[in-house]
Amino acid sequence: MSDQALLRIEDLHKAYHTHEILKGITLDVQEKEVVVIIGPSGTGKSTMLRCINLLTRPDQGHIWLEEIEITAPHVNIDKIRQRIGMVFQDFNLFNHLTALQNVTIGMAKVLKMSAKEAHEKGMWELERVGLVDRADHYPAQLSGGQKQRVAIARALGMNPHVMLFDEPTSALDPELIGEVLTVMQKLAEEGMTMLVVSHEMGFAREVSDRIVFMENGVIVEQGPPKQLFYQPKFERTREFLWKISELYGKDEEESSE
Amino acid sequence: MESLLTLLQEVLPDLLQGTLVTLQLTVVALAIGLAVGLPAALVRVYGGRVPRWLAVAYIEIFRGTPLVVQLFVVYYGLPDLGITFSRMAAAFVTLGLNSGAYQAEYFRGAIQAVGSGQMTAARALGMTQWQAIRYIILPQAIKLALPAWSNEAISMIKYTAVVFLIAVPDLMGKAKILGGRNFNYMELYIIAAVIYILLVFIATRLVRTIERKLYTPGLEMEAERH
Amino acid sequence: MQDLAFLFSYLLQGLGVTIGVTIIALSFGFVLGIGMALLRVYGNKLASTLAAIYSTVIRALPVVLVIFILYFGISRIVDLSPFLSGAFALGFASTAYQSEIFRGAILSVPQGQMIAARALGMSRWKSIRYIILPQAIRIAIPAWSNEAAIVLKDSSLVYVIGVPEMLRRAEYVSARTLEPFIAFGVAALIYFILTFTTNRGLDYLERRYKLQM
Repeated sequence: MSDQALLRIEDLHKAYHTHEILKGITLDVQEKEVVVIIGPSGTGKSTMLRCINLLTRPDQGHIWLEEIEITAPHVNIDKIRQRIGMVFQDFNLFNHLTALQNVTIGMAKVLKMSAKEAHEKGMWELERVGLVDRADHYPAQLSGGQKQRVAIARALGMNPHVMLFDEPTSALDPELIGEVLTVMQKLAEEGMTMLVVSHEMGFAREVSDRIVFMENGVIVEQGPPKQLFYQPKFERTREFLWKISELYGKDEEESSE
Repeated sequence: MESLLTLLQEVLPDLLQGTLVTLQLTVVALAIGLAVGLPAALVRVYGGRVPRWLAVAYIEIFRGTPLVVQLFVVYYGLPDLGITFSRMAAAFVTLGLNSGAYQAEYFRGAIQAVGSGQMTAARALGMTQWQAIRYIILPQAIKLALPAWSNEAISMIKYTAVVFLIAVPDLMGKAKILGGRNFNYMELYIIAAVIYILLVFIATRLVRTIERKLYTPGLEMEAERH
Repeated sequence: MQDLAFLFSYLLQGLGVTIGVTIIALSFGFVLGIGMALLRVYGNKLASTLAAIYSTVIRALPVVLVIFILYFGISRIVDLSPFLSGAFALGFASTAYQSEIFRGAILSVPQGQMIAARALGMSRWKSIRYIILPQAIRIAIPAWSNEAAIVLKDSSLVYVIGVPEMLRRAEYVSARTLEPFIAFGVAALIYFILTFTTNRGLDYLERRYKLQM
């Protein structure tokens, strides 16, 4: 694909003991592109995401973020991670810090902003996710949806060039999923480059520029949502999409007809 | 090396005698502690107002003051009130009552962990309160308290060491006496330390084996240091 | 009556020493204990093994024996007052117990916290410093309070190396007045009040900083 890709992944391999999770993933993500990765659980989607900011070290393959090869030896990974925002399935908010402090701690300790600057930017990020009124609440006092929105604000506070979402709504009660997806949609509209592992087919169809279908550690098929949903090239893709819409997106399926 | 061997040859028989005293103190203190601690726990949970208050006072006083101070009150102080103990008896009584206070807390925790539902169910069967305690609550509570109790048993080996301060010739006391003979305290204390480590190591092995045999899945409680 | 007043005031002069020894030993054990706990959890194999051995050996020994050995050990290297060597010896002993407390607390901080901190671009040390430790310390408060009460009681053991703390003073009084029951009884009473207030104070701390998860 294009040479100006913001994120380039080339022939990524990862195995745990003898179990191969990733069997050679190659993927480019353009600036401002929203890519949703779908596929059965246990096919290496999350592992791939974690390889991108080296929370998991790939065994083989290369990853470039903009001009830097992050898989090269002696790269300062902490510097790279500042440019890659990550949102986790189980939020991982810092339990001892308020919502605002969760957002500002990275700014203060990693970006070395002054307390005043961090506070202002922190409030602004909370504003973006609609949680200014919860600034002084501790994670234990927030709903799951609110926690995830704080987690998104925390990642945004570092001014990331790309955001990774690892099943951001899987741990949420159904009625709380919408508020998180709305925030993500707004981000996409603002032009954030996003790589999202998710089962939310509605979001994939409405918001993404491209859907990547992964299975058994390889990319089976990828393309614009319309193509994947209505003219998949492979039988496996069609089967999976059918199964997943049975499970998750029945009403959305109907509403979009 | 050679001098170490000579030293060991010279002091080991005495130190082993002291070790026997240490073990004797450990076993007797644990037994007294059990005999006092279990009833104290029952009184604390099920007793009337006054007995319960007394049990709380006993437990809190012994847990709230240093063992050495208790030892001095018993050995040096009680004769003022006409109660005189031999050194050994004072050591047994103090260590036993001290351990009893901690054991009482383990048993109390275990009894409360068994839950009031068990008591209600037993009473509903027509058991008296005592029968319910005897046949339903205690068998469960004792198993729950076992891990804490066995850690108490292991720790007791080292807790006994303070008795050398009233000149009981335990392992610690023997080490101090022998060290004073040639002013080689450091060597003697280190040899004693090695013996304590061995004792604790062996006791841990032993206790874990017994625990595994008696283990029933479920809640477990942790021992508290004292 | 006059004896009793004398006794109280004389023992209370030892109170400062008792509290001093306790605070020095606890703080010393706090700093080294956290350090050792970090080595156990995050250190390389050698450092972690050494810390584990230290903890296991010290915890197998009677505290009074540890005090004797370290007192003689310390006094061979530096010339410290019995007060300081006693406090440090007790501190070395408490280090072993506190390292276990903090190790358990660090391990009970959910793993996702470290991962999220690293994902923000924090170095390993910053993640430990700003994310893991603040939580671990709060988790450790109940066990640590218990340790504080124990060190307070164990401070009576430095009497064996001649530190003029309360027990040593009670002994003087007992020898002088020939009323050991009252002398040691009053010492016991003061210790009881001390541990009682310490426990209450730390209970408050525990409620105040309880970490909700």
